[in-house]
Amino acid sequence: MARTTVSPPVSAAPPTSNPAVRRRRFSGRTRRDFFTFLAFALPNLILIAAFTYRPLFSNIYYSTLNWTLGAKTATVVGIENYITFFTSPDARDVLTVTAVFTVFTVGGSMLLGLLVSLALNLKVRGTTLARAAVFAPYVLSGVGVGLVWLFIFDPVYGALAWVLRGFGARSPEWINNPDLALVMVILVYVWKNLGYCAVVYLAGLQSIPRDVLEAAQLDGAGAARRFFSVSLPLLSPTTFFLLITTLLSSLQAFDLIRIMTPTGNGTNTLIFEAYLQAFGGFNRAGYSATVSVILFVLLLVVTGFQLRFVERKVHYS
Amino acid sequence: MSVPAPAAPVSAPAPTGSKGSRRTGEGPLSRRNITETLLTGYVPLALTTLVVFLPLMWMVLSSFKGPGEIVTTDLDVLPDSLDFSNYQDAMTLVPFGRFFVNSVIVTLAGASIKVVLAILTAYALVFIRFPFKRVIFVAILVALMVPPQVAILPNYILVTSLGGADTYWGMILPGLGTAFGTFLLRQHFLTLPGSILESAEIDGAGHWSRLWRIVVPISVPTIATVGLVTIVTEWNEYIWPLVIVSRPEMMTLPVGLTLLRNSESDPASWGIMMAGAVLVLVPILVVFAALQRYIVAGLTQGSVTG
Repeated sequence: MARTTVSPPVSAAPPTSNPAVRRRRFSGRTRRDFFTFLAFALPNLILIAAFTYRPLFSNIYYSTLNWTLGAKTATVVGIENYITFFTSPDARDVLTVTAVFTVFTVGGSMLLGLLVSLALNLKVRGTTLARAAVFAPYVLSGVGVGLVWLFIFDPVYGALAWVLRGFGARSPEWINNPDLALVMVILVYVWKNLGYCAVVYLAGLQSIPRDVLEAAQLDGAGAARRFFSVSLPLLSPTTFFLLITTLLSSLQAFDLIRIMTPTGNGTNTLIFEAYLQAFGGFNRAGYSATVSVILFVLLLVVTGFQLRFVERKVHYS
Repeated sequence: MSVPAPAAPVSAPAPTGSKGSRRTGEGPLSRRNITETLLTGYVPLALTTLVVFLPLMWMVLSSFKGPGEIVTTDLDVLPDSLDFSNYQDAMTLVPFGRFFVNSVIVTLAGASIKVVLAILTAYALVFIRFPFKRVIFVAILVALMVPPQVAILPNYILVTSLGGADTYWGMILPGLGTAFGTFLLRQHFLTLPGSILESAEIDGAGHWSRLWRIVVPISVPTIATVGLVTIVTEWNEYIWPLVIVSRPEMMTLPVGLTLLRNSESDPASWGIMMAGAVLVLVPILVVFAALQRYIVAGLTQGSVTG
């Protein structure tokens, strides 16, 4: 007892003599760390600030201008571009097309992706190859993919026209017809992206504990019942993740739409409209910025949900 | 000592036995079982694989067809002979060889700089003490979610005013800041054992040598994943090079393909366009076929394990 009460003052002595030395050494190291950190991280941080963050604010400023791209001067018009956007019938078309494109591409690739993931999850040989095959279009250039499908959709020389002739039917103008162009672009987009959903759903399916499914089977649940009552509810985090990521990428889909309908043909989504207004011959930089800002606000809402989701993941890992 | 050996044979027959009893006594090779496996397993698998491969095969085969074989309403799946004239025509009609070289330059330069920047930033965020690390990380996380497309117009105005139109640096620079690679590598660096780095620090190794001699060598698979995903996205990048480049000799393959599509309305040119599509799609397909595990892991990052 006596020994333990004596020892503290003895051990406390060295620190009281040290602080000055230690602080000097630490502050030197801290300063060195400070500059090392900046040397390592600053180039990337400056690039992100200059080319990702700065444009957001520039766009908001540009959106208040009546400005022709290339012109030296512009007039400040306040919210006039926004009023134009929300009152013109053209803008209503753009919003409708964006909604239709987004709903059908997200719904289509998620639903088909889920179905394909069920096939990939079966215990048969060849699933590894099939998995790679289904995912492959996702890594391909949208321009190349769009071109291949344009040829398939060619109303005279395309493969689809040939198949239709086999049934004695005449091929419609798939792409030149504004009522059909959007449908065809959606189909190709789903073809390109469903593999992503399939692979993510497959990972989700494989993380479902087998004993849960076996218990359900012992209780007499058939395959359909097991899927709807056990697998699907357990997949809901995966479904949420896919909903957000495919929603974000659908809203930003550009290359496929641009190559299949270069000047727009009932396919003007927000991102495509922003491009066409600035670079498609109209040179309306201010109005294009307005469309960009509206798209950005939309993405921000979706991102808000995702940020909370990713934050949870970050803490989790 | 001899316990493990007898244990294995006992547990081995169990799965096959239970599978047999589930099928109410039918063997795994019974007709009913085979039909069922075919219908529920192989048929859906084969169908989905075909739906993906048929269009791509159609592309490759068409690229070897002569104009007379393209402009026909009869469908000949196979070309009469391996006719490379579409590729030659593509080269003479537009500078396709140059497009290919440009794509390779932009992809390799952009991807390698991006990966180095991501490694440096991620190392700094994990291993170097700095007061605002958390804030900086959140800022990077937010940048990860800002779509690059929304930034096109302001970046176009900035880069053209700096004289970057129709230049390699103008094509590469705006995409260099990398939130994705930084995020992925940071998550990986957090899992590295700190004791190795501490002992290196005690041995007098500075941050620079700790990064390149310890952290990078043991992180090769993750760095490869980031590198591959970056290569794929750089190769396919479209909207920015489309906007910033107007001279054909500076165009990348995707932009050059657009040029081809805009200039040709003759049906015979489908063969030339398919040759162009082969040139832009096949290199990535080959990379993907060889390294798909890493690419899939990188592109689906965050889905399940986070």
